[in-house]
Amino acid sequence: MDKLSLHGKATVANPPTTEEMATLRPTLITGGKVPADVTRDICAPMDRSPTALWWGAFSVAFTALVVGTVAVTYQIAMGIGTWGLNRTVGWAFDITNFVFWVGIGHAGTLISAVLFLFRQKWRTSVNRSAEAMTLIAVVCAGLFPVIHMGRPWLAFWMAPYPNTRGSLWVNFKSPLLWDVFAISTYLLVSAVFWYVGLIPDLATIRDRAKPGWRKQLATIFSLGWNGSTRTWSRYETVYMLLAGLATPLVFSVHTIVSMDFATAVIPGWHTTIFPPYFVAGAIFSGLAMVLTLMLIARKVMQLEDYITLLHVETMCKLMLSMGCIVGLAYGTEFFIAAFSGNPYEQFLFFNRALGPFSWAYWTMVACNVIIPQVLWFRPLRRNLAIVFVISVVVNIGMWFERFVIIVTSLHRDFLPSSWSDYTPTIVELTTLVGSFGLFFTCFLIFARFAPVIAMAEVKGVLENAPRSLDHDSAPGDAA
Amino acid sequence: MSKHSTEHSCLLATFGHEDDLLDATKAARRQGYSIVDIFTPYAVHGLDRAMGLRPSRLTWVCFICGMTGALGMLFFEYWIGALAWAIDVGGKPWNSLPSTVPVAFEAAVFLAAFGSVFALFAVARLFPGKEAYPLIERVTDDHFVLVLDEVDARFDVSQVERLLQPFNLLGLEERVIATGGSR
Repeated sequence: MDKLSLHGKATVANPPTTEEMATLRPTLITGGKVPADVTRDICAPMDRSPTALWWGAFSVAFTALVVGTVAVTYQIAMGIGTWGLNRTVGWAFDITNFVFWVGIGHAGTLISAVLFLFRQKWRTSVNRSAEAMTLIAVVCAGLFPVIHMGRPWLAFWMAPYPNTRGSLWVNFKSPLLWDVFAISTYLLVSAVFWYVGLIPDLATIRDRAKPGWRKQLATIFSLGWNGSTRTWSRYETVYMLLAGLATPLVFSVHTIVSMDFATAVIPGWHTTIFPPYFVAGAIFSGLAMVLTLMLIARKVMQLEDYITLLHVETMCKLMLSMGCIVGLAYGTEFFIAAFSGNPYEQFLFFNRALGPFSWAYWTMVACNVIIPQVLWFRPLRRNLAIVFVISVVVNIGMWFERFVIIVTSLHRDFLPSSWSDYTPTIVELTTLVGSFGLFFTCFLIFARFAPVIAMAEVKGVLENAPRSLDHDSAPGDAA
Repeated sequence: MSKHSTEHSCLLATFGHEDDLLDATKAARRQGYSIVDIFTPYAVHGLDRAMGLRPSRLTWVCFICGMTGALGMLFFEYWIGALAWAIDVGGKPWNSLPSTVPVAFEAAVFLAAFGSVFALFAVARLFPGKEAYPLIERVTDDHFVLVLDEVDARFDVSQVERLLQPFNLLGLEERVIATGGSR
């Protein structure tokens, strides 16, 4: 770089040619975009009035939310007896939905934090919406244990605070309490991570918006961001720190969720494989949900240049690898049950695969292990219709995984006299529908009013703005 | 430079590409010009070092907050479990450490994350509703602005222009700005 002043020209020593760059690193953002295009393209959906398609989707989602709200109101008024639970199957739909939604959230943190630490630049196109998905999914998840309490207005009893009952403190040795801390920390840290990432983009919106309510809101929430490098430098440090904190956090959350089960002496739950098994399953289902949402968003919001086939393919590969880990876990569970010599474990897994809920078990295996194997083939990974179908199938499969783990482990008790069956009631089914309604209502609102792609991050990875090699390869450049 | 908080006569040089800005910054610094600040639409990697900024010390805030969270929660759990509300579970020890780890970890992450973010807001003086006056209209869109301090009478604008012209300079403007508050 010292040649600069000699030549008096802004050139880099041996700059890579465009062809070399393309070989080194495939194009992330297509369409030859420059930073101004990014601002315009991403802000465009916010400037337009909502389309008929958006209103259609919103009405469906909102109707589902209303149905769910009615169901929840009814069950709180009448009591948890409106569910299909019984003394043997004490957890079923509600906790299935809880674990399902927590799991959905995990891919958002994987994309925003873990892939950030691994310097995966493709994440910039999807991280904003994946993080929004995380936030909404964790809210959906958090509702279920609160509903399950039966008296949700006493939810604050979960917090350790001095009270007039003793003080009667919470039990810090219970995984259920660990869960309270894990989920609430996860929600708050994800929210702050998402918001910090949003600040520069809010400043962009502020500066281009016409005077009005949108400009005022953007002014309030962009905190006076002006693009100063002094601030950027600190901001990058904090963003890196948040990624470094969110990474172990996301693994801890589903580990703790799995401990809700693993610390109970129930055959099928009481296994040490649960934490990694649950974390892999969570990321698997979350990636499937990201793909479902992204494939719709790129089409509806014309973001094909930002979320390219490369992004879809990369997420498919991640999903496939997670699916294989999940498949390995299913196999390991059976092997350990057979190998353990424990008759209760052996019976449980025999019953899981061939008993009354075998249909749920084989749905799970088909959806999570067998069908995703088509993603080994490149032409199929690049076929958006197939990828979309698989992403939905995996979501269904992962919901069934939690259902299988919970219900098949419980319904055949140690005492055959306690054996029972389980059928969900209409209240439980509509509550599940309602949680999807809440999820999609919130996501559609997000897609309307916030930049769905992190503009300030995408501008930094544009192909026509290549960084010269010496800055790119310098150690610690993100700090 | 952050100790300045008075009004300064500054020279604003605008660029349209991050590489131009980076090279111009290095050239200006090599010539001994005092860089007040640089405004960019996105984080340009390597710019902080080109500008001569020290690495941020916010990592220490994060570490201290995290340790406070972990140790505080460990103590709180020990106090509750072994002293204030000791529950005998099958004769297991009240002060068992492993069961306190998950919540202490969550508390560490929580405090470290919020501590670092609020420290960032404090040192960068970011707060809700703060009015931002972008120096150049498009600085949050696609333009890059290098702000040089017109320190003394020896500062020669035409000389600076000659220096920066090879880096595809888009515009040069003299302006009096209040430094310090705008960071």
